[in-house]
Amino acid sequence: MEKFKTLQSTAIPLAIENIDTDQIIPARFLKATDRKGFGDNVFRDWRFNKDETTNSSFVLNNPKYNGQILVAGDNFGCGSSREHAAWALSDYGLKVIVSSFFADIFKGNALNNGLLPVQVSKDFLKVLLDIVTKNPKTQLTVDLEKQSISVKGTSFKESFEIDTYKKTCLINGYDDIDYLLSKKETIKAFEAKKTY
Amino acid sequence: MFINKLNQLKMGQTLFDKVWDAHVVDTIKNGPQILYIDKHLIHEVTSPQAFNELENRNIPVFRPQQIVATADHNTPTQNQHLPVKDELSRKQLKQLSENCKKNNITLYELGHKYNGIVHVMAPELGITQPGMTIVCGDSHTSTHGAFGSIAFGIGTSQVAQVFASQCLLLTKPKSLRVTVNGTLKKGVLPKDVILYIISKLGTNAGTGYFCEYAGDVFENMSMEGRMTVCNMSIEMGARGGMIAPDQTTFDYVKGKKFAPKGEAFEKKVKYWKTLPTEANATFDKEYTFEASDIEPMVTYGTNPGMGIKVTENIPTLKDASFEKSLKYMNFKQGESLINKPINFVFIGSCTNSRIEDFRVAASFIKGKKKANNVTAWLVPGSKQVETQIIEEGLKTIFDDAGFELRQPGCSACLAMNDDKIPQGEYCVSTSNRNFEGRQGQGSRTILASPLVAAATAVEGKIVDVTKQLN
Ligand code: SF4
Repeated sequence: MEKFKTLQSTAIPLAIENIDTDQIIPARFLKATDRKGFGDNVFRDWRFNKDETTNSSFVLNNPKYNGQILVAGDNFGCGSSREHAAWALSDYGLKVIVSSFFADIFKGNALNNGLLPVQVSKDFLKVLLDIVTKNPKTQLTVDLEKQSISVKGTSFKESFEIDTYKKTCLINGYDDIDYLLSKKETIKAFEAKKTY
Repeated sequence: MFINKLNQLKMGQTLFDKVWDAHVVDTIKNGPQILYIDKHLIHEVTSPQAFNELENRNIPVFRPQQIVATADHNTPTQNQHLPVKDELSRKQLKQLSENCKKNNITLYELGHKYNGIVHVMAPELGITQPGMTIVCGDSHTSTHGAFGSIAFGIGTSQVAQVFASQCLLLTKPKSLRVTVNGTLKKGVLPKDVILYIISKLGTNAGTGYFCEYAGDVFENMSMEGRMTVCNMSIEMGARGGMIAPDQTTFDYVKGKKFAPKGEAFEKKVKYWKTLPTEANATFDKEYTFEASDIEPMVTYGTNPGMGIKVTENIPTLKDASFEKSLKYMNFKQGESLINKPINFVFIGSCTNSRIEDFRVAASFIKGKKKANNVTAWLVPGSKQVETQIIEEGLKTIFDDAGFELRQPGCSACLAMNDDKIPQGEYCVSTSNRNFEGRQGQGSRTILASPLVAAATAVEGKIVDVTKQLN
């Protein structure tokens, strides 16, 4: 996994609530057997019209907005547990998703793929969406060590929570498998004396 | 201070606490716990990348005997004896077979007498048992909580973790209890109960929580019904749902293929009886509902929380997401869904594709015919359910009524195979998700019980089914 410490980037505002993983990557694209290439189909049915032409009103198709940060509406990533959603967002080039709420499984999947979910308050999100939408050149700074997100050149800032263990993993680029494998003997001992 | 401590010491444990605590291998300071996983279920869509990961890192599968595989998401529901037409699907299924073979994992592949949707076949075979921890790369793994097990969906990275270590790193979720007391009205099914709960609580009331369902309604419910309820826990955001194991549970498990037998079974039952939540246990959040308030439900929007009683009108709300959703569905604020023409009906998915669901549908359909405008698909959850439908004579009822009984699989629940609802069409569906395009690009899903679905197919429009019951 790639290491993550801080990121400074412009952001893409996607002010839609309850974005489910079926929208992030529709089921018909789940037939692949490796992790790459899903970025081409991220938000597929919003990016393209029914006749396969580009939907120019969708923010990802607006050349004004780009960057490695997606600022999305409340309750991001609900629905299906497909990790393909996290892969698709990463593969598209995103490193951070900001929302006021993340669905559990999506959050875990994102963290396991070096994609940082930054959960902010509803008020902060509202203002942030507004700033980013009005001025697409706005630079945001996400500092994982300090657990903060801020708008460059302003005092507009908020801190966010992250599990200490997950934070260490991201900063060092470890994953859970490495950790669990180091615990093999403890696991075997547990199996030997299982009580249920 | 002292009294507080004493109270805490005496505080009882919940069903969830008991099962969770029994599976904790170790705790990381200021971090997650290592939770031992008893059963790992896999399918073709979320496992290939996990197998690749292990292979790339040269890590063997740690406990292959605790893994069971089935092919369900991507399988055709017609002509299953023929080679799968879609090339990518065929490749995915082939890869599952190869991966299972290489790693000594039991696979019930397409056509096998135990094949089926993972959340239907595992309980049916007695793989699912009370007190277990069960995971699968599929969010509706919550279904298995109906047995009083901790069961939840995981992402593919976690599938790889379980392959490698039979464990997961997790932070213990908070606890939530939903109690429904009283007696359900005629025509109100378990599906209505859960749609009602989600309509009241919303789609993220459960995020960060594990939910226990308690009260008369669940105690009096069959195992099939309990599975329907627990299945949709994820739709209110909860990682999983649980119902305390009781005699209904034990009777269901007894005699199943992989259930313990004889003395071993009795010993297990003794343990299972210790699992229910103690009277003085407390939950982080509690909700209570009255059974008599629940009626047959339908959804009108693009998330499962957007549900109403079939006799109610769509609410009016000034909210961008709400308006966007109604626009997609082509419904108006304040309107009633009664008499809306419907051309597609789907009875299937891991929510409602068990034998009981087809019995309910058949008892309504018997002697009637589907409306001419309707395409009605019945997709059993497993090979065993399919066989039962035929043996119990339900197939004849369906055939006579013009319904189409297909072969088992996820089918139109997520429309990965050919079973897609056309652009712009409504489908009254017994599945669990009404997201935009879930049942096919541009399709519009209305979630309902098998009874409401059957009535819709017969009438060709949405009706208040309770008026037709005597
Ligand atoms: S039936 Fe639908 S919800 Fe259930 S496992 Fe299959 S795709 Fe998922």
